[in-house]
Amino acid sequence: MRRLLPLLLILLSALPCSAATPILTPALTPAEEARATAIGSQLRCLVCQNESVEESSATLAANIRQIIREQVAAGRTNHQIMQWMTARYGDFIRLDPPFNRLTLLLWAVPVLAPALGLGIAFAASRQRRPPPAPLTEAEKSRLAALLE
Amino acid sequence: MIPELGNFALALACCLAAAQAVLLLLGAERRDARLMAMAPGLAFGQLIAIATSFAALAWSNAISDFSVQNVAAFSQSQAPLFYKLTGTWGNHDGSILLWCLVLAICGATVGAFGANLPATLRARVIGVMGAVAAGFLLFALTASNPFTRLSPPPMQGQGMNPLLQDPALAIHPPILYLGYVGFSVPFAFAIAALLERRVDAAWGRWVRPWALTSWCFLTCGIALGSWWAYYDLGWGGFWFWDPVENSSLLPWLTGTALLHSAIVVEKRESLKVWSVLLAIVTFSLSLSGTFLTRSGILNSVHAFAVAPTRGLFILALLGLVIVPSLLLFAFRAPILAPAGLFAPVSREGAIVLNNILLCSIAAVVFTGTLYPPFAALVAGEQLSVGAPFFNSTVLPLAIPLVLAMSLGPTLSWKRAALFPALLRLWWVALAAAAVGIIVALGWHGLAALGFAGSTWLILGAIRDIAARVRLFRLPLSESLSRLAGVPLGAIGAAIAHAGLGVTIAGISGMTFAAQRVVFLHPGQATDFAGYHWALTALDHVPGPDFNAEVATLPASRDGRIVAVLHPADHTFPVQGTDVTDTAIRTNLVVDLYTALGAVHDGGAEVRLRYDPLAPWIWLGALVMAAGGGLSLADRRLRVGAPARRPSLPSPPGGGRRPARAAG
Repeated sequence: MRRLLPLLLILLSALPCSAATPILTPALTPAEEARATAIGSQLRCLVCQNESVEESSATLAANIRQIIREQVAAGRTNHQIMQWMTARYGDFIRLDPPFNRLTLLLWAVPVLAPALGLGIAFAASRQRRPPPAPLTEAEKSRLAALLE
Repeated sequence: MIPELGNFALALACCLAAAQAVLLLLGAERRDARLMAMAPGLAFGQLIAIATSFAALAWSNAISDFSVQNVAAFSQSQAPLFYKLTGTWGNHDGSILLWCLVLAICGATVGAFGANLPATLRARVIGVMGAVAAGFLLFALTASNPFTRLSPPPMQGQGMNPLLQDPALAIHPPILYLGYVGFSVPFAFAIAALLERRVDAAWGRWVRPWALTSWCFLTCGIALGSWWAYYDLGWGGFWFWDPVENSSLLPWLTGTALLHSAIVVEKRESLKVWSVLLAIVTFSLSLSGTFLTRSGILNSVHAFAVAPTRGLFILALLGLVIVPSLLLFAFRAPILAPAGLFAPVSREGAIVLNNILLCSIAAVVFTGTLYPPFAALVAGEQLSVGAPFFNSTVLPLAIPLVLAMSLGPTLSWKRAALFPALLRLWWVALAAAAVGIIVALGWHGLAALGFAGSTWLILGAIRDIAARVRLFRLPLSESLSRLAGVPLGAIGAAIAHAGLGVTIAGISGMTFAAQRVVFLHPGQATDFAGYHWALTALDHVPGPDFNAEVATLPASRDGRIVAVLHPADHTFPVQGTDVTDTAIRTNLVVDLYTALGAVHDGGAEVRLRYDPLAPWIWLGALVMAAGGGLSLADRRLRVGAPARRPSLPSPPGGGRRPARAAG
């Protein structure tokens, strides 16, 4: 399935992203609707370039929006819905990539970058040139002569 | 004939750029005064050639000469003249030509205003710019020639992407490119300084106006793009964390860092190695921003259509510019010894912190943008990195950045005490905390954080100026007269910092945005966000090169009509696409936003939005750019510059001693 995914996406992307779709969502309470919106904005519209299913007007996105709302209405948790989505569409659907071996570097950069920066700044401040050596007696007398 | 003239001028420009690179760099190396004296002439010659070439393409577009492949593919005869002209750069080939034109303008400007630079430095700066120009002109000439002819010419062109047929997007590329390409000048100065083996306070002073100008244009360019996305894409989003947006944000972030670190170079002769590296990195990111998005590696809503062969050429060019620059940096950087020392708690220290945080954000955005292709390449895995990732990782880095932005200007140079500085900000902190708590009580935490940060920045900026004029400590009239004495640079910095506060307020306000999608027939109405929205008419109106369905939608509050909105749906028959034309009524505090969806069965799907503080996002960016422009006018950037020197080459080993910074 995973190998076929790119092919599937190419086929699906032939569908217009601006296709109009009727909105047939189950009636949700405002809290449930907010939860559905929150989940939807974490999911990628698979046939669009870079839009979440909440934003996209593609048919597929509308279908996924409806699935989310049905599952929310059925009382499934956010975690269960996300699992259902990734089981069906793979990690590609998650706009927030999961933490695993492959994404280790991705999730490490937000911590490593400032740590590295602070480390370099600290090392550079320690590595400053030492203060100039104290003047020798001869230099001191010359300085005194010059200052007069 | 005209397109051939353009093609010839393009080839000529390429040769002149190559000559500019070889003769000037060689001349500077040999300290040959005659060769170095050619710098302004070559730069102007290249500019004239490219301008001729660009004018030829614009002309072909204006008269709809469909025998030119580029015009036939991206223009059509019924389009308004304005869009025919802006269509010159509304496609891949034309935009590369525009890019080269802007680079030539920058080179010629250095030639014109660089008379007070040491001769070898000026020759090297213009030479480096020539080398970059030669590479990209060669690309324009061979791989993406906009003057290729078609035979037989078609009767009608295929027309430009209707999404681009918009005033903001029409002027977006030139402004963005002025920002991107402007950073070629700090880059050229950095390479020239490495070749000269010398970076001093004067270098910071020369680089800063260029970095500042580019930064202002880039800020405006990014804001224009974001504003376009807001009103044109039709669902009210203003930032998508899209690869193309990210790649314009990257040079903005490092450019902002450069702007600040160059101050330290200028005033304290410290952070020299770092600033040189930032100048190189910023232009490298500008290059990647313009070209990586065209190589087909990153996909995005904004990307141009691409051919893979071009992608390879572009990648090779990027490598040829970036790798040697970084190698040169690695070999020469150790020679540049720091001069000014400073304690960790000082104005310099705050700028170092600003640089670390800005560059960390840039690193996060860079990794996030390039990770999907990386994962596909390394593990063959399809991965998405989208808004939730960027929001959650950038926010923790942005918070200390915002905190430091109001704190930094209160610290003194060299060595400062933290506690008195914090005490000076007590009322700012109190106000920010109060705003944060009030918002947190009413709504949710993220917006509270945003509004607190915004208050902190705006009041911090006001405090900075108030302290400089000793407001309320001296009589008001004396404070006002002191205001005239405050350097424009300081006022500009305060305004720019406050501008970010305005933008943050706008972004925070948008967390309270509400939207509703309803299907209405004419005569029906709906109540939403405290307004009564009625669809009174749905008309079919023909436009110049499109057909429009225009809705008439008065929004009323308490029985009084506040705004009559006309959202429309434009159908372009030549291109076969639909574009929504949103209607937005703003009072600069709240946007009433309407977009028309599908029209069928005599009714229309209408998207209604209520966007509090939305205009502040872009107003803030304008304020930032205005602040930058104001500090550009600071006389310290001009008056303190080294005196004009006779155009004799300086003896080896450096006989010249540039004037020290006066501040």
